Amino acid sequence: MPDPVRRPIDVRIDSPGREGLTGTVPASVYAPLADQEQITVAPDGRPMEEQPSWRADFPIDWPQDEYVERRDFMKFLVLISLAFTAGQFWIVMENYWRRGTGQPDIRRVASLDDIPVGGATTFAYPGEHDPCVLVRPAENVVVAYSQKCTHLSCAVRPLVDRGLLQCPCHEGAFELSSGRPVAGPPSRPLPVVQLQVRGREVFATGIDQRTV
Amino acid sequence: MRVTRPFTRAQRTIVVYGMLTFVLMLVVLQLWLLTATMNAFLGGDTSVIWPAAWVSLVCLLLNLGLLGYLYRIERTRT
Repeated sequence: MPDPVRRPIDVRIDSPGREGLTGTVPASVYAPLADQEQITVAPDGRPMEEQPSWRADFPIDWPQDEYVERRDFMKFLVLISLAFTAGQFWIVMENYWRRGTGQPDIRRVASLDDIPVGGATTFAYPGEHDPCVLVRPAENVVVAYSQKCTHLSCAVRPLVDRGLLQCPCHEGAFELSSGRPVAGPPSRPLPVVQLQVRGREVFATGIDQRTV
Repeated sequence: MRVTRPFTRAQRTIVVYGMLTFVLMLVVLQLWLLTATMNAFLGGDTSVIWPAAWVSLVCLLLNLGLLGYLYRIERTRT
């Protein structure tokens, strides 16, 4: 039981009343310091006596709250990081799967007799769910591209008189002669379907994907 | 003799802010890597796929290391 006459003094070395004391005095002489972990500060920094009553009624350990929030946010970011890495390795797996499918077959896709100059037709190549568009802008010229816009896979439509393939969803446009994007959100060219004309018949021989 | 003193709460808050900044930068880098790799893959360029995957994995390991350090300083709390 502490001596009621002697007030416990602050343990810090420069505190008033501690002058002349050495380390030999009993520990009971010193007042215990408040635990730093227990000291809470309101967001505006003012003492609790000056805070509104609602804050006194619902006390929150603000520094602890801040620490826990940042820690949990960091955990969440690490989870996001894991998801991004999984996405990268999913691309690796997709690449292996794509390599395994090999080159697409050569297939007859149209006849020049069926397509007038300035006309177009659609076909599926290499799979049945890969729509393509074949355009005949001049007598001896045929070009074919994947019909899926490289932005969000809407179907592009040929505007032969303007020399464009237009995507109606977001007003994207591709050059008819090369398939390169010239307007709108698409950043990659349309994949080119390689063609061979044998007599009057048009054959698709492969797909050429490009980044620029 | 090596003395291990636990961090105070204020110190831990500063540490977690520093780590958070670093983790945030790594995650933004990973996001950019993923979009660039996806764009290249869809365009038929497969040369960047493996390097990008390894870099992303290294970023993840760094993030996990920092998270592990956070758990370690939590355990040394008084």
